[in-house]
Amino acid sequence: MNVLDIIKPENQVFCKTKLMTDTTLSYCPGCGHGTAHNLTMEVIDEMGIVADTIGVAPVGCSVLAYDFMNIDITQAAHGRAPAVATAIARCWPDKYVFTYQGDGDLAAIGTAETIHTCNRGENIVIIFVNNGIYGMTGGQMAPTTLEGMQSSTSPYGRDSKTMGMPIKMTELVANLPGVYYATRQSVHTHKHARKAKKAIRKAFENTRLKQGVSFIEIVSNCNSGWKMTPLEANEWMEEHMFAYFPLGDIKVNGKLK
Amino acid sequence: MSELKLMKGNEALAEAAIRAGVDAYFGYPITPQSEVIEYLMTERPEERTGMVVLQAESEIAAINMVYGAASTGKMVMTSSSSPGISLKLEGISYLAGAELPAVIVNVVRGGPGLGTIQPSQADYFQSVKGGGHGDYKLYVLAPASVQEMADFIEDAFDIAFKYRAPVLILSDGLIGQMMEKVVLKDQKERMTDEELIEKYDSWAATGKTNRKRNIITSLDLESEKMEKRVHRLMAKYERMEKEDMRYEKIACDDAEYLIVAYGSSARISQKAIELARAKGIKVGLLRPITLFPYPKQPLFELADQVKGILSVELNAGQMVEDVKLAVEHKVPVEHFGRTGGIIHTPEEVLEALEQKIINNERIGHYKTRESSIL
Ligand SMILES: Cc1ncc(C[n+]2csc(CCOP(=O)(O)OP(=O)(O)O)c2C)c(N)n1
Ligand code: SF4
Ligand SMILES: [Mg+2]
Repeated sequence: MNVLDIIKPENQVFCKTKLMTDTTLSYCPGCGHGTAHNLTMEVIDEMGIVADTIGVAPVGCSVLAYDFMNIDITQAAHGRAPAVATAIARCWPDKYVFTYQGDGDLAAIGTAETIHTCNRGENIVIIFVNNGIYGMTGGQMAPTTLEGMQSSTSPYGRDSKTMGMPIKMTELVANLPGVYYATRQSVHTHKHARKAKKAIRKAFENTRLKQGVSFIEIVSNCNSGWKMTPLEANEWMEEHMFAYFPLGDIKVNGKLK
Repeated sequence: MSELKLMKGNEALAEAAIRAGVDAYFGYPITPQSEVIEYLMTERPEERTGMVVLQAESEIAAINMVYGAASTGKMVMTSSSSPGISLKLEGISYLAGAELPAVIVNVVRGGPGLGTIQPSQADYFQSVKGGGHGDYKLYVLAPASVQEMADFIEDAFDIAFKYRAPVLILSDGLIGQMMEKVVLKDQKERMTDEELIEKYDSWAATGKTNRKRNIITSLDLESEKMEKRVHRLMAKYERMEKEDMRYEKIACDDAEYLIVAYGSSARISQKAIELARAKGIKVGLLRPITLFPYPKQPLFELADQVKGILSVELNAGQMVEDVKLAVEHKVPVEHFGRTGGIIHTPEEVLEALEQKIINNERIGHYKTRESSIL
């Protein structure tokens, strides 16, 4: 068997996600954003819906999502992606509209847009990457930063007395009737990524059936912001982030678990 | 068939939007413009034309909804009043930066702060000097009648799509609330999705087909690229100045004095010049219809003919700066305006003209200087 035999399509077990561009990712090595992008693009490709998909990128590390996702995409102001997506979904009711947002974007500056978009039950998918920090601006405290966790704006650790407790957005929005599906996933191992992809697929299927908001939280890492190596970050995430933000479905087919 | 009706300015604007085939409206209630969304909701435009109307959770959400719909090439608009427009400014700056067509209506009330719900023109600076962050301008139309509230909707969208840029209709509580007769145009068909995709396929984010992906963004992390974007915007504004500046001259042919006023102040000043002429004072009115682009050249030329200019505004003195810039110190320029929601009477305007311009001893000074140059 020579090389050409080996790379025949029928022997292929893994390839670059088709809907990702060839642009080098701007993310730090080990960052979960790239995997979350891949999974989303794989689902859109596998469902054959790219011509009917419009993405909404946030302000945050994934502001450049449009450089990597080979789809039509509009980049929203910080926190306003759900409002941007609302209008697109209303004007184009048969399209697949999704937002891709960080925790600062979705759970701090954009809280009002998140809650009201969910409450109206807009027919969209929200992919919410929660890394417990403001990655893009250099590691400041996010609304999701864990108690005691250090960041550049909570250098002595988050003090819940003055800074509040980390906010659990997915539980919060799951209580709104407009949300049809709410789940918390992670993408740091193959096993977790496969599960997350299934959840993303389910979310886009919900859009097809016009079921309202599908809300997918991806608990992720930020090794740069956390000042850890990628491996340490993942271990720390499993031990601490998952303890406060437990993985799993919170609401499925309109019913709370 | 066109139709003659008696309507409030805000309602005429809303009805004209439906008839112009606007695809979507997003707004949040605020006095004195809530009639716009109330009228739209009552009219069931989703049944009349398929227009989307949504009450947003805030002006911030509303302007970002506008951004979303505009990203896909839809004809989309919002309306608000001063405090609400302040909230929208980040979104307006994004619309300008991302080069998206959209129409924003400001039915101005007095400020600063919560101010007053009464009419005002105190948002002139905010409208024409940027308002939001960065190097951008808005094309600004200033209606002076209920008829223009209706007519300017289509004009605004024409400009918005001609330049792929946000356009502001700068009205005020007086024009928005008063009732006048208005001729409404026939219903226009909304563009179908297929027509839209064909027309705007080069830029609108409607779903990637066999073309390059369409990206809507105002971000350029490379400075050279960002500077290019700014230059592209500046080129648009230059073209607007050349091709789409609008103004009206009233009784200027024999005028010895000039009033410059827009919107409701222009209406009041029109009466004031009648009163003046009855007393034998020859006063003309220049009414800027676009506040950007500003009618600089007509003003510059009129300054050779008149002895002095009064800028009449419902504010503490804003447009007067642009009048001064335009006339380049050829004649004295003064400001007259009431604030706090008080609307000046034609008599007050005439009195101000007499005190500040006609009896202004500096007028003599200017004339001497001119003759000494000659
Ligand atoms: C109105 C506004 N305020 C603040 C910022 C600065 N800013 C950019 S990204 C960001 C935080 C992003 O954090 P997150 O959403 O968690 O995304 P991450 O980078 O962690 O993925 C902030 C505060 C901005 N761009 N716009
Ligand atoms: S700063 Fe954090 S979130 Fe941003 S790319 Fe690096 S690891 Fe990822
Ligand atoms: Mg974050």
